[in-house]
Amino acid sequence: MTDGERFADVQGSTDISDSAEMSIDYRREGGDSFPDPRLAPAARHPEKVERVILALFIIGLLGFAAFGALYWHGGRQPQLEGVFIGVGLMSLGFGLSSWGKYLMPRGPFVEERHPLAGEPQAQEVFKEALLGRGEYVVKRRGFLVGVMGLATTVFAIVAAFPFIRSLGPTPGDTLDKTSWKRGSRLVTADGRPVRADALEVGGILTVFPEGHAGSAIAQTVLIRAADVSITTKPGRESWAPRGYIAYSKVCTHAGCPVGLYQEQTQQLLCPCHQSLFDVLNGAQPVFGPAPRPLPQLPLMIDSEGFLRAQRGYEVPIGPGFWSRS
Amino acid sequence: MIDQALNWVDERLGVSKSGKKFLDKIFPDHWSFMLGEIALYSFIVLVLTGVFLTLYYVPSTKEVIYHGRYLPLVGQRMSEAYASTVHISFGVRVGLLMRQTHHWAADVFIAAIAVHMIRVFFTGAYRKPRELNWIIGVTLLMLAIVNGFIGYSLPDDLISGTGIRIAFSITESVPVVGSYLAFFLFGGNYPGTAVIPRFFILHVLILPAIIAILIGAHMGLLIRHKHTQFPGPGRSEDNVVGSPLWPNFAAKTTGFQLIVFGALFALGGLVQINPIWQFGPYLPYKVSYAVQPDWYMGWLDGALRIMPSWEFAGFGHTIPFEVFLPGVVLPAVTTLFFFAWPFIEERFTGDHALHHLLDRPRDRPLRTSFGAAVLAFYVVLFGASSTDVIANFFHITLNTVLWSFRFLVVIIPVVVGIVTNRICHDLAGTARPREARPRRMPNVIVRSDEGGYETYPAPLYPEDETPELKPEPVPVRIEQGDLSNG
Repeated sequence: MTDGERFADVQGSTDISDSAEMSIDYRREGGDSFPDPRLAPAARHPEKVERVILALFIIGLLGFAAFGALYWHGGRQPQLEGVFIGVGLMSLGFGLSSWGKYLMPRGPFVEERHPLAGEPQAQEVFKEALLGRGEYVVKRRGFLVGVMGLATTVFAIVAAFPFIRSLGPTPGDTLDKTSWKRGSRLVTADGRPVRADALEVGGILTVFPEGHAGSAIAQTVLIRAADVSITTKPGRESWAPRGYIAYSKVCTHAGCPVGLYQEQTQQLLCPCHQSLFDVLNGAQPVFGPAPRPLPQLPLMIDSEGFLRAQRGYEVPIGPGFWSRS
Repeated sequence: MIDQALNWVDERLGVSKSGKKFLDKIFPDHWSFMLGEIALYSFIVLVLTGVFLTLYYVPSTKEVIYHGRYLPLVGQRMSEAYASTVHISFGVRVGLLMRQTHHWAADVFIAAIAVHMIRVFFTGAYRKPRELNWIIGVTLLMLAIVNGFIGYSLPDDLISGTGIRIAFSITESVPVVGSYLAFFLFGGNYPGTAVIPRFFILHVLILPAIIAILIGAHMGLLIRHKHTQFPGPGRSEDNVVGSPLWPNFAAKTTGFQLIVFGALFALGGLVQINPIWQFGPYLPYKVSYAVQPDWYMGWLDGALRIMPSWEFAGFGHTIPFEVFLPGVVLPAVTTLFFFAWPFIEERFTGDHALHHLLDRPRDRPLRTSFGAAVLAFYVVLFGASSTDVIANFFHITLNTVLWSFRFLVVIIPVVVGIVTNRICHDLAGTARPREARPRRMPNVIVRSDEGGYETYPAPLYPEDETPELKPEPVPVRIEQGDLSNG
């Protein structure tokens, strides 16, 4: 058996599976029907591809029609809406890109690239035209250009003023203060005053100064510790009557509300970047990126049994900033 | 009819001379060139769906009581911004589809830019003369990230509101001018009422306009420079080999555009994203657990999490480095470093030549391993934005996870760099470009009459024997024989 015979045998067997009688293999036939093989389509059997593309276009059409019908019917079926329009668009897209990929001359084609930069001579001419023409008549050109540049710069700076300075007030001492005052009553988010029996031991509540319920800056977390004579730091002996401790709820890291209280470990956790604060120890940060303890609000209980602030926070609350001393 | 129309247009716009050249523009056939197209088409989806959303969204923090179709929120107080976003989701026909598609398109847009940029980096496509286009591309990535963040802040839901608070704190952290910047941006102290309308106009007008202009410039330069291409038969620094714009590439890319559109709408319909009605309206004193931003903010969030608490306080001033370094310096240095990279490399290699042929990553082990290390750095930071989720999932303490990331952010890039360098050296010169590789040859097994087996290499197909075709200029017209009898 020669190589030629073997070749013929195999050809015969593969041709059947290729159903060669029914379609012309343009790639194998090469340039037979085209003067140049580069112009033959990329597909072996273009008429098959054409049928597939037609089917895809019809599916696309049906998808769009289904979407229209669904919308007309009242819509509010986001899943179906997405499927219909998605299938419609994708079918159309696959059909069209198959057309471009399989039914177009397969190439390869080439295009020459020309250098971007001009010849040295052309560059010189350009430079002459750019700079030389400006020398006409004017004697103190550099000086004039300089003053013009100065005027333009001043205009740019002045024009920027309203776009920056008018945007908002300067901070002043706003960041150093909250709306907590001497004697402010503690209220809940819906404005109800907080009594000294409001919390069980281990309970937690978000409180605000009266008249500022919901304030983003003054928000304070109130926790009731088991120890009724708790002192969270030396010098704060009277700050936590009957075990009520109040800390600013604004994280000293990036300002998120320190909302998660782990009762067992007596720790406050900021859910944004996982800073942990030790409640019984002056809210000292024990973990995470927070640099400072949460400021503590000194509390008292008035004659009617309501919780009040002895005074406002002693230090600015929240994240650090330049003028914070 | 067509002659008349063409003539009419040509006499007024003069399209036939330059138009023919444009139709013949060659686009290299390589899959990696599609990545930028994904970004472009996602941007178009963003604009289309975004226009729809602006018809219903109300950029206002004015408090309203909700009386809409979503019953769990009925009677609750919330901002108009949040109420209108819930209304888009449940009260407007195809509103939820549009909202979710918009969000998906944003995520895909930024992902496509990032992957496109990775491709450009590792193949050295940014080299002279394309440095400016690289810079435009980096700017586009950063603007897209910023606009993505601003966009998902607009619904004023519980999670995005927390993100805005962090943005205020990051702005505040800048030394000297930080609190002024924050007050100017927010129109006063946090939260104020100005930030939502200001974010809105940034999100729908200013940033998209800049992005659109830069995309135009990006593609204008692409046409001016012509495409890069991988080395291969018939390809040189002086030509581009591939398919012509008309009709091959036009059909392929228009089809691809529709595929991207369809995929995004299918995602928007089928895969829920940012279900703000579950998060609830933003209340500054409330916070939900496992707060995480969109994926493209992950590296910044991760950096904020693993940064040690190195606040400087003294001389009557505070510099919150624990926020300033990850929140301001990291993105600024990242941007400047990416801007400068083509020039750094040119200085380093002393290579001032023009490059239109792409590098294979393995042939540039230093660049490739360095790029892989930088990429690994950002991937680790991204992973660090899930410290709490990881701790919960694997039942290990947050402390362990945090400290692991603080070490890993240094170790993993170094290891990745070394390993990549090793792989590059091992692979160097092993494989030729695809075009020059012979077709994989199947074997033919023949059983003889006696029952023995023999194997031969399969015979060649005719096109295997034809030598690689030499690329030719695009012909004006495609001549075709009789298709029916070939």
